[in-house]
Order: sequence, then C-alpha cells, then structure tokens
Amino acid sequence: MPIKYPSARAGLEGAGGESAVAEVPEKVGVNPTNDQVSGLDALELAPRSDKGTLGKRIWRSAWPKLLAIAIVVLIWQIVVWSEWKPEYVLPGPKTVFTDLGDVITTGDFWDGVRLTLIRALTGFALAVIIGTAVGAAVSRFAPLRAAIGSLITGLQTMPSIMWFPLAILLFQISESAIMFVVIIGAAPSVANGLISGIDYVPRTWLRVGQVLGMKGLAKYRHLILPASLPSFISGLKQGWAFSWRSLMAGELLVIVPGALSIGVRMQQARDLSDSSLVICYIIVVLVIGILIDVLFNAADNALRKRWGLTGS
Amino acid sequence: MSLVETQTPRPDTGRGDAVVRLENVSKQYGSGSNALLALDRVSLTVRQGEFVCLLGASGCGKSTLLSLVAGLDKITGGTLDIGGRPVSLMFQEAALFPWLSVVGNVELPLRLQGVGKAERRKRAEELLEIVRLSGFGHKRPHELSGGMRQRVALARALAQNADILLMDEPFGALDAMTRDILHDELERIWREQNLTVLFVTHNVREAVRLGDRVILLSSRPGRVIEDFPITHERPRRIDSPEVSGQAAEITDRLRAEVARHAH
Repeated sequence: MPIKYPSARAGLEGAGGESAVAEVPEKVGVNPTNDQVSGLDALELAPRSDKGTLGKRIWRSAWPKLLAIAIVVLIWQIVVWSEWKPEYVLPGPKTVFTDLGDVITTGDFWDGVRLTLIRALTGFALAVIIGTAVGAAVSRFAPLRAAIGSLITGLQTMPSIMWFPLAILLFQISESAIMFVVIIGAAPSVANGLISGIDYVPRTWLRVGQVLGMKGLAKYRHLILPASLPSFISGLKQGWAFSWRSLMAGELLVIVPGALSIGVRMQQARDLSDSSLVICYIIVVLVIGILIDVLFNAADNALRKRWGLTGS
Repeated sequence: MSLVETQTPRPDTGRGDAVVRLENVSKQYGSGSNALLALDRVSLTVRQGEFVCLLGASGCGKSTLLSLVAGLDKITGGTLDIGGRPVSLMFQEAALFPWLSVVGNVELPLRLQGVGKAERRKRAEELLEIVRLSGFGHKRPHELSGGMRQRVALARALAQNADILLMDEPFGALDAMTRDILHDELERIWREQNLTVLFVTHNVREAVRLGDRVILLSSRPGRVIEDFPITHERPRRIDSPEVSGQAAEITDRLRAEVARHAH
C-alpha cells in the first residue's frame, strides 16, 4: 500500500477554505477500504505518553522546589552569620524552625489557622458569587458593560488596603469590615475572568450552537458557560490571590476582640518584639498560599488535559 | 453531455419533491458605496434524496449560500423556500466541544431536543456505528485524528435528524487519503439514510466524485454559470477515467471563469 503521508498533512489547519482554485487532483493509488480506523487515522492518533510511577513523578516535580528552599535557607543563614543584625532582631533558621515546630504542635495555633481559613473561604465564596453575577450581567447587557466594564478593571488595580479606612467607618472593627475588603478585592478578578471567557468563545463554536438551534438559557448552559471555563478558572485563581492578600492586611489592621487569627497572632508577636515568631507566621501564611495555589493549578491542569490544550 | 442553463429553473426530473428552492436569490452585504453583492439572482432546486455539489472559486459566495439555506443569514432579494424543513450544517472544522466526550458531542442535539438520557445514549451509539466509530464514544475530541473528528461532526449533524444536510467544505482540511475514505463513507451514509445533501467545495474532482449534479458558480458576485448532471455509476472512484474526464471539463470551464476575473 503506497502511503505517502508527509505531504498528505500539508495545509491541515486549512489556512483558507476558498483560497485555492481548481485544486490539482490528488493521485491516490489505493483502493479505499472501509476499515474502522485505518491508515492515516490510526497513525494520527496521539501516542500514549509514558508518565512513570507516582513516586517518580512526585520526586521529579519536588526536587527543584526543595533545592530552592535549601538555597534560600542557606542565604538566610549566611546573612545571620555575617551579624548584619543582632540575633534577637534577625534570628537564624534553626531558632525559627524550632519555634515553628513548637507553635504548630499547639491546638491554639490550629484554632487561629481555622479562623483565618474560614474567613478566607467565606470571603472568597461570596466574592465568587458576586463576581460571577456581575460578570454575567456585564457580558449580557451592552449598556452595563459600557457603564461599569472599565470600572471593574479599575477596582482590580486598586490596592485593597486603601479600602480599610472606609470599611472601618462603615462597619466598625468587625468581621464585616474584613469581609467587605476581601470581597471588593477578589470579586473584580472573578468577574473579569468570566467576562473575557464569554467574550472569547470561538466563533466556530458559536456557529455550531446556532446550527444546533441553541437559544437563551440552553445556549448558556451548553455552550457559553462551559466554553468560558478556562478563563473563569484563571479569574478564580487571581481572585483567590487578591482575597488572601486583602485578608492578611485586614487581620493586621482590623483586630476583632477575641478572634485570635493568624494576623492577630503575628501582630502580638511584633508587639512582644519576637522576631522569630513573626517569621514563623510569615512561613505559615506562605505555605497556606502555596498549598491553595497548588489546588488551583491542579484544577487548571486537569481541565487543560481534558480539553487537549496541553502542548504535548 | 447536455448542459442545462440554470438561470431558469431546471425541469422536474421526477427524482423527488423539491426540498430546497432558490429563485433569484441575492445577498448583499452593507449598503451604499460599501455594498458588496455576494450572490446575484441565484436560482437552484434540490430534490429529496439528491446530492448536489456547489463548486466555485474563492469569493463566489458558496458558503454564503449555505448560511442562507441554514437560516444563519438573511437573503436580500428573491425567494428561498425550504418548506420549514430542519437543516443541519457541517463545517470545515469539526468544531466539537472539548468539554464533552465524543458520545457527549453526538448526544448534544438530542439533549437540546429534550430526548431522554437512555434513549439519546442509545441513538448516539447507533450514530457512532454509522460513522464507524463505535468504541470511541468515551474518548475526548482531541484524542482523535482530523478525519475521525469529522466523522464525529457528521454523526452530530445526523443526530439532528434534519431533512437537509449542508456541508461547507467538510473535508477541505484533511489529507487526500482520509478524504478519499470519507467520500466513500459519506456516499454510503447518504444512500443508507436517504439524505438530501448540499455540498460546497472548491475541489472539482471531489464534486464530480460525490454529486448527482455539480453546480458551477461564478465569482463576485456569485451567479450560477452551469449545472452539470453527473451520471456515472456509483460507487465512483475519484481517480477513475470518467470522474477525471468530467472533472477536466469542468475545470476548463472554471478556469475560463477565473481568467475573466484575473485582471
């Protein structure tokens, strides 16, 4: 069977449907068979990639990170050795990690973490609901977009700490003040993610929707929303980053009596001039941020893989 | 070979009822000095069960014509009558939805029609069998080759259970081998399912290979130049002497038309 496939793939992505005139007739010296998946179809199917065992994969992605951490700790230790600052102002890794070990083994600490995470998740969830509603409304109604489209982007660039004076005046020193800032920090990113997702639904998909007779709600349910999912997820990811930052600022500024959150504990450590403990809490906040980012990336990667968007 | 002038409607040949009837259909985009006349008084009749190929150089408005028949766009002159029949349309890109599996894509038209879950799964499996992709239902579109994706797109179009299947260069982006196989498949499905097909292409051999009639359109604006009946016995082969011979004849006619616009 004389198969010559390199040329056969030429112009696969169909640069111009109507560009060629009177195409040169192809010479196909094969008696076509109606086999299930034969010939080029079989050749074209993507080969399965070998991923290795789970342990190997984890190690492969983990070792560069571990190395980076080791280098940072080493530099930190060198700075401490250089005696740039006295030991009680800038403690070394050994002191900090010992303190960290002591802190995280207390139930009290985990109460703080829980309080902070509940605030973060509540604020983020509300921001997602509000951002989604606003994003959907803006992309649906043209006048609304003209009115507040650029405002949303403006809000996104606004440093969230700027909102606290107003939030405190509006809600006094309370959970509500913190929530207000968390939501106003995160919702614009969520809304923008959805809006750009809806704006950039490929035209061919829209035409398919039209041909299939999708209208109104069905069009949103079966086409627009799923098609805008990747952009929506990046909006969520960015929204989370903003809400986490806003929350940390809020916990340092708005100290609600009796609520011993991570931010409050850090502030207390500063009041006691306990540098080691301050650094401990910096590490805790960093680790939480990284863990949640890992979750978002996992969701993003799973989606990309499902859709075949990964550059093989 | 008798060539029929089609600015006047073709006489009935008794093949079946006319399912698509265009009379002096014009399509103009824009207005005033920016106006662009895409189609100029096109008359055309497609009968039940007929396979009609629209052939023309770029800019002849053949895709526009399909959009009009599909109801995606409105005519600006003449009359277009499909008797309210449902149509389905296939593009050069398979345009499958990546968030659905293969079978999910095929099921989608049924889902939109409110067909129950078990029923539509059964129907979708049947359709996948028709396009010879049974066993691939659980795959994702990106896991398939270009030719297989077009098969899925065909199954999705068939799922609409439309009377008229419109195809806009559906195999234009495929390699010659795959296209050749899909020609056979399409011919078989057309016969088995008793479809009416309006097929747009710029590939002359493809048109002669597949069509009962090949309608040649001029460029800017699109007008019907000639209507070639293709009477060779089916199944045909794209490299058979009869197909090649008639393709050469039509190519000459097309070339003359292109030359007229070359300056």
